[in-house]
Amino acid sequence: MEKRVLFRSTWLPWALLLPQLLIISIFFFWPAAQAVLQSFQVEDAFGMSTEWVGLENFANLLDDPTYLNSFMRTALFSVLVAGLGITVSLILAIFADRIVRAAMLYKTLLIVPYAVAPVIAGVLWMFMFSPSLGVVAHYLGELGYDWNHIMNDNQAMALVVLASVWKQISYNFLFFLAGLQSIPKSLIEAASIDGAGPWRRFWNIQLPLLSPTTFFLLVINIVYAFFDTFGIIDAATAGGPGQSTSILVYKVYQDGFKSLDLGSSAAQSVILMIIVVALTVVQFRYVEKKVQY
Amino acid sequence: MHFKSLAIAAAIAATCASAQAQTEIQWWHSMTAVNNEWVNDLAKQFNESQKEYKVVPTFKGVYDESMTAAIAAFRSGNAPHILQVFEVGTATMMASKGATVPVGKVMSDAGLSFDPKAYIPAVAGYYTAPNGQMLSFPFNSSTTIFYYNKDAFKKAGLNPDVAPKTWPEVFEAAKKLKASGHSCPMTLAWQGWTQLESFSTWHNVEFATKSNGLAGMDARLKINSPLHVKHIDNLAKAAAAGEFVYKGRASSAQASFTSGECAMIQTSSGFYGDVAKNAKFSYALAPLPYYSDVKGAPQNTVIGGASLWVMAGKKPAEYKGVAAFFDFLSQSKVQAASHQRTGYLPVTMAAYDLTEKSGFYQKNPGTDVAVQQMIRKVTDNSRGIRLGNYVQIRTIEDEELEQVWSGKKSAKDALDSIVKRGDELLARFERANKK
Repeated sequence: MEKRVLFRSTWLPWALLLPQLLIISIFFFWPAAQAVLQSFQVEDAFGMSTEWVGLENFANLLDDPTYLNSFMRTALFSVLVAGLGITVSLILAIFADRIVRAAMLYKTLLIVPYAVAPVIAGVLWMFMFSPSLGVVAHYLGELGYDWNHIMNDNQAMALVVLASVWKQISYNFLFFLAGLQSIPKSLIEAASIDGAGPWRRFWNIQLPLLSPTTFFLLVINIVYAFFDTFGIIDAATAGGPGQSTSILVYKVYQDGFKSLDLGSSAAQSVILMIIVVALTVVQFRYVEKKVQY
Repeated sequence: MHFKSLAIAAAIAATCASAQAQTEIQWWHSMTAVNNEWVNDLAKQFNESQKEYKVVPTFKGVYDESMTAAIAAFRSGNAPHILQVFEVGTATMMASKGATVPVGKVMSDAGLSFDPKAYIPAVAGYYTAPNGQMLSFPFNSSTTIFYYNKDAFKKAGLNPDVAPKTWPEVFEAAKKLKASGHSCPMTLAWQGWTQLESFSTWHNVEFATKSNGLAGMDARLKINSPLHVKHIDNLAKAAAAGEFVYKGRASSAQASFTSGECAMIQTSSGFYGDVAKNAKFSYALAPLPYYSDVKGAPQNTVIGGASLWVMAGKKPAEYKGVAAFFDFLSQSKVQAASHQRTGYLPVTMAAYDLTEKSGFYQKNPGTDVAVQQMIRKVTDNSRGIRLGNYVQIRTIEDEELEQVWSGKKSAKDALDSIVKRGDELLARFERANKK
């Protein structure tokens, strides 16, 4: 009764895997190995003198209270970005799925933010909320709310979370919409005939059937919040005020690309890599058990 | 047959020779908008003035981007001949011996004269190694000055024709502006540069040991002195009273001056073009304020802007071209024209004299303020500030000062913290670059 496809050839699976392995080695394993190597060195910008320092780069980082503080900040930031991003796009996808007229228009509009570069998204939000020039800041002021993310930590965090979520909504939306549309209509119809309302249908049928998609998006969104948001942060707040929006990846970018402190930046990326690997393992071991395929 | 192939070979050789006759010089820079046109015009003028060399300017992103790009290119053996590097990157370039060729050497190898003494002392001092050798070619230098809104001053009952000279006068003016209903009496751009670096040289006090890093890489920060603490504390009090309004990092505060929202600002002299073009009120340019009880104040301000570095590993003929181009740029009339066009400092005294004689400063009042602040005899505390890992230290300055402005940290705590965190980076830099 066992259904299993067996490849009898010894070379064929490897040959089929080869292109993928090649790409991963060039674009992931090789740079990752370089980062690990560099994290054990102190090097000047031009690579004229390199000194092997062992674990000193790591020791320096773990000795730096400002670096340790950014762990909590990064955790908060990624939970907010992933949580909000997934929730909002799920709601949008449900509404878009129900729309009959002009559905294409809504879908297109929802996908547009994905085409915007992160830095542009950051600048866009920075301008809207800029305390002296911004439209939103102006109207918030009219309503009696004093918006100044240049001085207020929480507002600055809210701004970068909003911008990052906005940027990622389209991606999540596409997957949720595709997921919703692949749910057999007959299931929904049967539930309706049995007298289940829209909420009940969503909760008992659509959401469970979407769980593989949601799980996939959770992993993707956490990785996005960890790695792809430095452009937004750089443009919107540059990590400030103080260090309130300086998450781990922003410091990697700042120290490595702007300040050319390669050893420390490499050590930071190695730490980041370990965190994300650990997170992914946890997600696949524990969260995935709740997923029904 | 034999003759024919010879003729073909000769023809090929001839075309190659004419193609090779022009040696290309790659020049990577970070100038945008009107300054980009300026750079292109300079290259064009030089290219038209002779036939041997062709300078090709390429915009490679803002300062830190072009530097990163050039370093990556250098590591893979494709560096440009000339690279424009901002002042903050000077220590990195200087420490990377072997990656660059000193300008003095490029010029003397080509048999061209080059006199570092012709340059304004604060400019020359900044780009000169402890052994007296000029390492990079001064190109576009700026400095920090004080701008104020004359209309707002009039409304507040202040004399619009007299700029506040000292810090107490500035705070007094801010109080009056606030009382007259101005929501933002004063703001600051580039807070680390204006309030810590320029503040130190202007008051002739140490910013860091070892002549602010110019005399050696083992320099450490000194900006938690009583004078620095007093000044940052005064600003913190003004911030709490709403008389100084913080408007963000780097140049973001500038827009609030041109829009009329903020009445006083301290920022780069290079901001002049923007004000002249966009301000819809009458304004004036003035020297930076100082504390009159500090001995030796005011001294001179520190330079910003960028210089041109020559990268190592090129052919001798190409270095000759670089030297010829620098020789062209050294001409007083070229430099004076650049100064008047861009608002950057005239980097040589001759260019300054030429501009003065032309009546430019009379026609554009205030444009000589920056020069006046610079053309003084410099001291060990005021020659310039050249520290390693300085991009990161500037970020630390921003982070800590922001916490003072929002009332979360005292001036003393923040400055102590800048010194502690900054010194760790200086130690790292010293170690990474020791030979």
